[in-house]
Order: sequence, then C-alpha cells, then structure tokens
Amino acid sequence: MPRREQRRSSVFARRALVVGGVQLAAFGLLAERLWQMQVVDAGRYRTMANKNRISARLLAPERGRILDRFGLPLADNRQVWRASLIAGEARDVHATLDAFERIVGLTPAERRRIMRDLFQHRRFVPVTLRSFLTWEEMARIEVHAPELPGVAVDIGHSRVYPYGRLLAHTVGYVARPNQKDVRRDPQLALPGMRIGRTGMEAYGEARLRGTAGVEQLEVDALGRVVRRLDRQAGVAGKDLQLTLDAALHADLRAAMGEQTGAAVVLDATNGEVLAMVSTPSFDPSLFNQGVSQAQWNDWVTNERAPLQDRSTEGLYPPGSTFKPTVALAALKAGTITDKTTVFCPGYIDIGNKRFHCWLSGGHGKQDLHQAIQNSCDVFFYTVAMRTGIDRIATMAHALGLAAPLGFEVPGTQTGFIPTLEWARARHRLWTIGDTAVHGIGQGFTLLTPLALATMVARIASGRALLPRLVRDEVVRDAPMLDLDPKWLQAVRGGMWAVVNDPHGTGAAVKLDIPGVAMAGKTGTAQVVDVSQAQYRAGYDTAKWPWKLRPHGLFIAYAPYDAPRYATAVVIEHGNEGAASAAPVAKAVMERVLRRDPAQRGTPPGPTAMGTTAMGTTGAGKMGTAEAAAGEAAPAGVAAR
Amino acid sequence: MSLFEKRLLRAEARGLGSKLWRVSWIYVLLLCLLSAVGYVALYSAAGGSIRPYAGGHVLRFGFALLLMLGVAMVDIRFIARLAWLGYAAGVVLLAAVLRFGHVGNGARRWLAIGSFQWQPSEMMKIVLVLALAAWFRRASWERMGNPLFLIPPALAVLLPVALILKEPNLGTAVITATIGGTVFLGAGLRWWKVALLAGLLAIAAPIVYHHLHAYQKSRIEIFLHPERDPLGAGYNIIQSKIALGSGGVWGKGYLHGTQGRLDFLPEKQTDFIFTLLAEQFGLVGSYAVLGLLMLITFWGLYIGLRCQHQFGRLVALGLSTNFFCYVFVNLAMVMGLIPVGGVPLPLVSHGGSAMLMVMIGCGILMSVHVHRDAEFDDAAETG
Repeated sequence: MPRREQRRSSVFARRALVVGGVQLAAFGLLAERLWQMQVVDAGRYRTMANKNRISARLLAPERGRILDRFGLPLADNRQVWRASLIAGEARDVHATLDAFERIVGLTPAERRRIMRDLFQHRRFVPVTLRSFLTWEEMARIEVHAPELPGVAVDIGHSRVYPYGRLLAHTVGYVARPNQKDVRRDPQLALPGMRIGRTGMEAYGEARLRGTAGVEQLEVDALGRVVRRLDRQAGVAGKDLQLTLDAALHADLRAAMGEQTGAAVVLDATNGEVLAMVSTPSFDPSLFNQGVSQAQWNDWVTNERAPLQDRSTEGLYPPGSTFKPTVALAALKAGTITDKTTVFCPGYIDIGNKRFHCWLSGGHGKQDLHQAIQNSCDVFFYTVAMRTGIDRIATMAHALGLAAPLGFEVPGTQTGFIPTLEWARARHRLWTIGDTAVHGIGQGFTLLTPLALATMVARIASGRALLPRLVRDEVVRDAPMLDLDPKWLQAVRGGMWAVVNDPHGTGAAVKLDIPGVAMAGKTGTAQVVDVSQAQYRAGYDTAKWPWKLRPHGLFIAYAPYDAPRYATAVVIEHGNEGAASAAPVAKAVMERVLRRDPAQRGTPPGPTAMGTTAMGTTGAGKMGTAEAAAGEAAPAGVAAR
Repeated sequence: MSLFEKRLLRAEARGLGSKLWRVSWIYVLLLCLLSAVGYVALYSAAGGSIRPYAGGHVLRFGFALLLMLGVAMVDIRFIARLAWLGYAAGVVLLAAVLRFGHVGNGARRWLAIGSFQWQPSEMMKIVLVLALAAWFRRASWERMGNPLFLIPPALAVLLPVALILKEPNLGTAVITATIGGTVFLGAGLRWWKVALLAGLLAIAAPIVYHHLHAYQKSRIEIFLHPERDPLGAGYNIIQSKIALGSGGVWGKGYLHGTQGRLDFLPEKQTDFIFTLLAEQFGLVGSYAVLGLLMLITFWGLYIGLRCQHQFGRLVALGLSTNFFCYVFVNLAMVMGLIPVGGVPLPLVSHGGSAMLMVMIGCGILMSVHVHRDAEFDDAAETG
C-alpha cells in the first residue's frame, strides 16, 4: 500500500524537520549565550579571572537556641573569631602552616588534626586552624596576610550553655561531627559546625541545625578581600522551646545539695516537665572543643557516673513508693476495699520464710489508709499475694511505670516490672514470696525517676498524662484513667496522711504554707539483701559503705485538693527516703507554690541566672548560676 | 530509479565491500574530527601532557571506531529483531544497578564489570529507541490515531524512566523521556496529543511536587538547583563561567588557560571539558566546536530522511536526538543555563564507557544508512 507508505514518510519528514528546527533553535540559544559571555561580558569575566579571584566562602548557619518555658536561653551561641585555611587557595599548604606556626603558634597535636581535616575535605572547604582567636592573634594574622595565602579570619559561633552543669543532662551537649555525620549532611564539614550528641541538643538536631549560606568574595592576588560580591545568608536553625522552668530547676538542684540522685517536677495538669535534675553533673561546654582523655577517664571511672542522666536513664527499685500502685491494682481487682484490714505483728511467714515489716514491733490492725500512711510492709505483702504480680504489673503500666512514655530525651529508659510470663520464659521459679516482695517495690522492678513522677501525676490527676519537654507541640487533653474515682481517692487520702498526719512516715516534710497540703509517699529501697542475722542484731545502714546503703525515694504532689505539681525524688544510697529525698520535694514544692499565682504563667522576674550573666565565659557563668541557685534555695532545707 | 535497479543495489549491499562503500564516510570523518578536538582539550587539561587523559582517549576512540564500523555492517533487520531483547536486558541492568550499583556523585548509577564501570542508563537510551522503532515500524498514520496502540510503548518509556529516577538521576530520566517522546513524534503522534501531554505535565508537576514529603522536596530542590549546595556544584559553575567568559573572542591561546585555577574543578576533564576549550580558543574555537556538534546532530536526521523504511527513520531520529541531548545538556550546564550535572560532552570528555555507548549509537545509525533501502516487512498496516 504505497499511499499509506507515502503518507507515513511525508509525516516523518515534516516531523523530523520540526525536531531539527527545535534543535537548531537550541544550538542558536547556546551560540547566543557564548556570544554574550565571550564578547559582551568578556571584559567583566576577564577582570574576575586575571586581576582578581572569586573566593566562595561558606557560612555556617547559626544553631538554634534551646529556651526554657519563659524564653531564657539554656543553650546559646557566642560570636568567636576563627582562623581557617582553604587548601585550594594556598600555594603550598605546608609552607602556609609553617608560617602560621611561626606567626600565631601551633602545637603538633593541632597540626596533626589540621592535616587530617585537610585530607578529609575537598580543597575549597575551609578547615579551622584555630578557634577563639584573641585580638592580638587576629592582628598578627592580618598583618602577615601575604605570608599566609589561603588563611582567612572570620566570625563563627560557639555553643555556650549559660546554665552549664546545672542543665547538662537534659539540654545535652554538641560535639564535632564525625565522618559518618558528614557523609549524611555535607554541610557539617564546615568549620564550627557542631552536632547534638545527647539530650535535647540531639533530639532537636533537625530543627536546630539550619542550612549553610555562601558568600562570594573578590580577593586580590595577596589573598586580601577586595569586596563582597554576593551573600546568601543561609537559614539559621530554629529555636527549641522546652517546658522547663530554669529558675525552678535551679531551686531543685540547690535542694538536692551534695546528694547523688535525680528529681523530676511535672505539671500535674498536663505532663509538662518543669524541672529535671540529675546529680552529679558535668560541664557540657567541654565537649564543644573535644574532651581530653584524662577528663574522659575521670568521668567514666567516677563511681557516681556524672555523665549519666539519672532522671531518664537511672533505674531504681521503687521501694515503698510502689505501694500506691499495688493498692490501686488490688482495689481494681477487688481483692481489697478501702475498708479491708490486715493485722501486722511485724512480720509474716510465707512458706518457710519470714518476711519482716520495717517496723519490727508491728503496726497492729491496718486498713488501706493507715497502711499507706505508715508504709506497712505486712499489709502490702498480703495485698500483693492476693492480687498477683500480673495484675500489679498491668496497673503499673497503666500508671506509666515501665511503659513507653514517648519522652523526648534520647536514651530514656522504660524500666521493668516482672510478670509470670517473663519468669516462665526465663525458667525461673516464681514463688508467692516473690510476689510479696514485689508488693513493697523490691525484687526485679526497676523504674526511672521520670516514670515515678509520671505515676504520681497520673494518680493526682486521674488522667493518662505523658511527660513532655518540648513546649510548642499541640497539647491534647490526656484521656481519663480507667479507674474508679473512689479508689483513687482512697489512695490519695493515704498519701495525704503520709505527710499531714503527725504519725505519717513523711510528717517531717509537711508544707509550711498555711492551707496548702502536699500528698506524698516515702520509699527506702534496699540494694543488698539484709540477712536475718543482721536484722535480728539491728542495723544502721547509715554506717554502711556508700555503695551498699539503700536508696531514698519520695514521691509527692501538691496542692492536695487541686493537684498542680507532681514530683519524684530519688537519692542514691541516701538511706531513708523520708530523711534524704522528702526534704528536696518539700523545698521545691514550697518554692513553686509560694510564687504569686498570677505569675505562674509568666517569667518570675529577672533572676541572677537570667540574661545578666551572659557576657562572660562559660565557666564564669556556670559559677554564677550555681551560686544563684544556692542563694535561691529556701531556708527550710538548710534547717532540716 | 527503476525497480530493477533498486534490486540490483540491494543485491550489491549484501557484500561486505559494498556495505563499506555505502558507509557515510563524511559522518565518520566528522566523528574523527570531534575526537581530535577531545584530544586537544584533554592534552591541555593535563597541563600539556599526553598522560593521563589524551593518550588513552585516542586509543579508546580507535577501538570504538572499529566497533562502530562493525556495528554498521550488521544488518538493520537483525538489529530490529533484537530490539526488544536489548530493551529487556537494559531494564534488567537498570534494576541491577539499583541493587548492586556503585554510588558516585550521590546517586547509585554505576555498574562495575571487572574494572570497567559504566552506567546502564546510557545503554538504556539506545535500546529504548530501538524498541520503540520496532513497535512503530508498521504503524500507519491511521493506526497512530488509536490511543490503545500507544499505551504499550508509553509504558515502555515510563518503566526505564522510573528506574532512572530512582537512582536518583533526574537529568538522565528527563533526557530518556525526551528521546522516547521524539520517537513517538516521528512515528506520527497527533499534535493535539502532544499538546495535551505537555499541558498535563505542566498541571501535574506542581501538584505532585506539592504532595511530596519535605525531604523529597528538598532533594528535588538540590536536583534542580545544585548551586544551593554551597559545597559543590555552585562553586564549579561560577568558576566555569569565569573561565569561559574570560576567553573572549580569540581565547587565551593554547595551553595558556588558567588551568591552575581550575584545579578545584574536580571534573574538568569530564563535564567541564568545553570550558577548557572555550577559555583557550575563545569564541572562535567554541563556535567551531559548536558547529561541528551541529553538523553531527543534523547528519543523523539527514540519514533518517534518506532511509526508505520506517524502522530506520525512527532509529535515526531517536539516536540523533540522543546525541543532541548530550551536547545540549553539557554545554548549557557549563554556561550556567541549566543546573543538571553529570552529562559528558560526547567524544570529547574523558571516559571510556560513555564514548563506547555513543559510538555504538553511531554504529547503529550507520547501519541504518548502509541498509537504508533494505527490503523490510514493515509496510504500513491498515489502522
């Protein structure tokens, strides 16, 4: 069919000519562009190429700040002057480094680090020679610029932590990015760029980091800047606002004194973390420049582990602070009512083993209210055995214990509560005695101070609150807990009596504010078994080596009738919780409750650790902050 | 020409000698000239030395030229029969590259065979042209009006384009789609469908973009605007433009370019080779090279116009468009007109695998020319 064939070939010919025409136009465009560049603009380009050079300098973005709930900076940036070297612009890198060593000085270790950086980065990426230049060093570099081809002085930012070691765990720290980080985001190769390694610096990395900008400079043959051609500023990192109240946090830290441990204060209405302390602490600014081996060894061999964030990573047996949970589990299971009584002779025999109450003479007849008030062990051995470990674990999870809380701080531990299934999986014989022991918060159960604070907040509010550190996320009302208000009220009443009944185990920490009551629960968690012999002989744990003493715990919320704040305090090896942990809770509760209620939502006025102390060095500032915290501590603590 | 004479010519074309006689030697000469330009540029890229680029370039071109002539001797009907097999192999290799490929320049697009590394997407463009030409070779104008007939070849374009996008290599994906679209056009795709497609693309692009995740958007941003990656491409483009523009009308003279300053161009011997030429030989030199590249491109179209069978026409159209895309994308990139990187200047840039693929393409083009009036069972069918 030649007609069809002919039609097809003529269509093709026309189409091919159209395609050719488009291609011709494209070639014309290229030719026009070449004309424009090589004839019209040739002079300009020649000027750039022959007389001057374009030097593109990259601008590290400013890292976003971390702020407390009132906008006080917890992690801030300070301008520093910095010398860097662009290998591509140096005629001879070694000669330039020799000159730099002569003019400013370089240690062999610095030089090794610089050579490594130069080797790892592309030739036009500036490599930091020295950060934190003094005025004198800067002047010397400027004067000797002709001898230092490729060396430039620029302004950079250095991370500073106004609160220093006071907030080191929660805020975290930044460090130099390693090769793996740089492969993921090449802009981390820029001098001065830091990456968050722990705490909220790590959590908020994506928003804090920002995007690099670029600056094009016209530089003469001696490497001096003639003028700036173009500057794209890059995008600074976004600030991250936390729910923390820095002033309250400082008070809490001051109340902890020299004791090792952790304490958390939550807003009992919505789960916001207001303060979160772990002691001892470390200086987070040391990581910024790189930690020395000696310092690192000191930290990791220290038996009090300053790098650990005890509030989220520390796992402790809850001791008697677990009893409200056991009580709620029993009430829900129906194995007791708020009227049920148990007789406590000071011990209970289970199988062939005798389990003691902490009060060797016994409490006598105890109902739930009294048992919580007096922290009667025999009552809770009995109740736990009636209820069973699985139902206790289920209630614990519902109260936020050993349950995923979705907390922001990286590395937050969930904790652990055993179940029968867990014991079966491990071929461990689970006896009724084991259940009894877990009824007083001993045994395998391990919980974080954060989880304990969450538990108190949930008991106080009756809602499944989740602890949160980031402020600007949408707050949704937590769902109600699946618990009869009657049961909650029974447990709350017991916790009220702990502090406010003259015979309660925490009577010593009754608030000194008229009309405001705190509810709480003491806890003393053994870390070693007390033998029968020791028990009979009577023992004083305060005389034991530090590592063997029991942990002191205290959980509390206030005000009793309208819960606003919830707290959990754990003092490692602090002996009795009533004596070590409870005063900390009292101090911080009185502090937060005494504030003018009208000011609770606004900054509590300028304090010493506010903006005033920010011009000085990190170390100086830290001193100021800690001293201020010391001053701010309520008198009540010292008296105790 | 009488039917008898045509028969006679065809009979002659069966012998090797007569086939060689029918090779378009002017085209071969143009390719040799272009490769010589490459030699000159690479000699200067090494600072006036045969090593390490220029010497290898000549050897590789010699080998590739023989291969091209070998391919030109293969009967075009045989090539047509192998088209879909080649297409399948291309898709398998593209999938393999996603699984086993090497990451270079941030994308997984290289496949290593022994010490020889190449990009299957280069081969894909050629086999796609062959496969589409094989599909359309019997399609009449009326048949081309049937949308159902157009669906399978459209899918055949989209599959490799999607795989290349996944590497990710937006530039090559767009080029591949362009080449495929040109073959459709040559086969007789209705203009209103072309317009419809262009309109749909114009509407869909922003919508699709809008629904991407933030990180995907930023990835596309970097695709489209590598100058926003302040550590890499932007610096290169600026330096390339300065070198190019400063060449002026007559250039700085051979081996008098500012190579020292181009030391920071990590790919001056590959992607930015044209910059070196333009700097040293000025507008005169760059226009001469541009003219040579135009001649080679249009010679391909001319081969298509002279061909007596539809398969050959479409193959010539597609392959010359392939060559054109290399040239245009590379030149526009070094002039800072478009941001896409990673496309070499054919037969000039350093690198063996790209040259080999270009020359195989030219060989197939030449086979079309040698067998331009071969008896094909590709008479237009009824729609």
